[in-house]
Amino acid sequence: MSINPEKIIHFSPMHRLQWEEAQQKDVILYPEGMVELNQSSAEILKMCDGTRALDEIVSDLEAKFSTTDLKNDIIAFLEVALKNGWIKQD
Amino acid sequence: MAGSNKINITPPRWLLAELTYKCPLQCPYCSNPLDYAQHKDEISTEDWKRVLSEARKMGAVQLGFSGGEPLTRPDLAELVQHSRGLGYYTNLITSGYGLTEARILKLKEAGLDHIQISIQASTQDLNDHIAGTESFQSKQEVARLVKKHGYPMVLCVVIHRENIHQMPEILAMAEELGADYLELANTQYYGWAHANRDLLMPTKEQYEKAEKIAQDFKEKVADKMKIYYVIPDFHEDRPKACMNGWGTTFLTVAPDGMALPCHSARELPNLDCPNVTEYSVPEIWNESKAFNFFRGTAWMKEPCSSCDEKDKDFGGCRCQAYLLTGDMYNTDPVCSKSPENSVIQAAISSARESALSADEKPLVFRNSKNSKQY
Repeated sequence: MSINPEKIIHFSPMHRLQWEEAQQKDVILYPEGMVELNQSSAEILKMCDGTRALDEIVSDLEAKFSTTDLKNDIIAFLEVALKNGWIKQD
Repeated sequence: MAGSNKINITPPRWLLAELTYKCPLQCPYCSNPLDYAQHKDEISTEDWKRVLSEARKMGAVQLGFSGGEPLTRPDLAELVQHSRGLGYYTNLITSGYGLTEARILKLKEAGLDHIQISIQASTQDLNDHIAGTESFQSKQEVARLVKKHGYPMVLCVVIHRENIHQMPEILAMAEELGADYLELANTQYYGWAHANRDLLMPTKEQYEKAEKIAQDFKEKVADKMKIYYVIPDFHEDRPKACMNGWGTTFLTVAPDGMALPCHSARELPNLDCPNVTEYSVPEIWNESKAFNFFRGTAWMKEPCSSCDEKDKDFGGCRCQAYLLTGDMYNTDPVCSKSPENSVIQAAISSARESALSADEKPLVFRNSKNSKQY
């Protein structure tokens, strides 16, 4: 299963991405389960809002953090996210 | 108290709200206490809201509405709405029996995140026999409605000797109903399941065969269905890390407001479990005798106290140690290092003999009449 660069990426309607004040971190919630996210994973997932495909996600994150060369790391994480069902491509 | 040395207390993450002991079903493996009929009181909507708010503030995020049958509480949607507003991920753990489309819509509007439906078997006859209520058709219909309205759908099937042979059909049923998650819960022997153990426990050969079928299927459907397999710990070499450690993660509140470190803890002696109508959730979690009783490792006896795995499995399950050895401080007898491990082998042998005998005693179904005998 791999990311199709042409297609829009959106967050799974079967999961919920939420900031947890008590834990001071973002988490993914799903039936009877929770995944705690580090900051970079959370920033990538927040970009998967159904308005961007891969290249826009990369350029927007590089702009946000004033950096370059994020593409490979982002693809690697998105493929994990896709495999886990956290994101979808129609 | 047992765990009185200073230990780091982590906040609760999981709140199990057992709204009621009322249930239209009579499953003979029910995890409710045998004497549930003596605990008729139910705390009020306002008490539940306060408990939900206090636990959320401490960091609880996963919330299970359970029972009994939580649908019997008329204020369920109100409690869901309150919880969702607080930011909980709300799980409804139901038999599905009697859940109408109108109520599914109302719960969706209230913000319910997910519905878990239990089905007892893959055939109507066996489902209705185990449930003690004609409910198979209703459950199948509810499963379809849950999908129709966009909820993640979890199908839960408790596995025991009467249905373990149906494993291929159970898997096919879950696939046909479009379950997103399938929980194959090998019976855990507490409460009513403990009383019916000789009649419910499969043989090791049955477990191994069923597990192989389930594992093969898991790979086949990996991209559309997740399968949770709750292990039959009697056939394991090491005990389960029960509750992720006592008082570290899980908070159960029983229908009458009693706060429990696990949903079976009511049957342990001398814990003096506190009630949410008398104490706040932070007081209960941080300060009560019951929640500190088995925190950490200072309470342990040998062979746990010198065991290099004690931080991994926490000595196993306190309720199992109590039910099977009579001493809740003992190592969970499932552990092969336990000096009482022979009670597990005896239980397995006793169940096997019962399975082979011509005059098996009948199952004791979970209902008020039977409960009053305990």
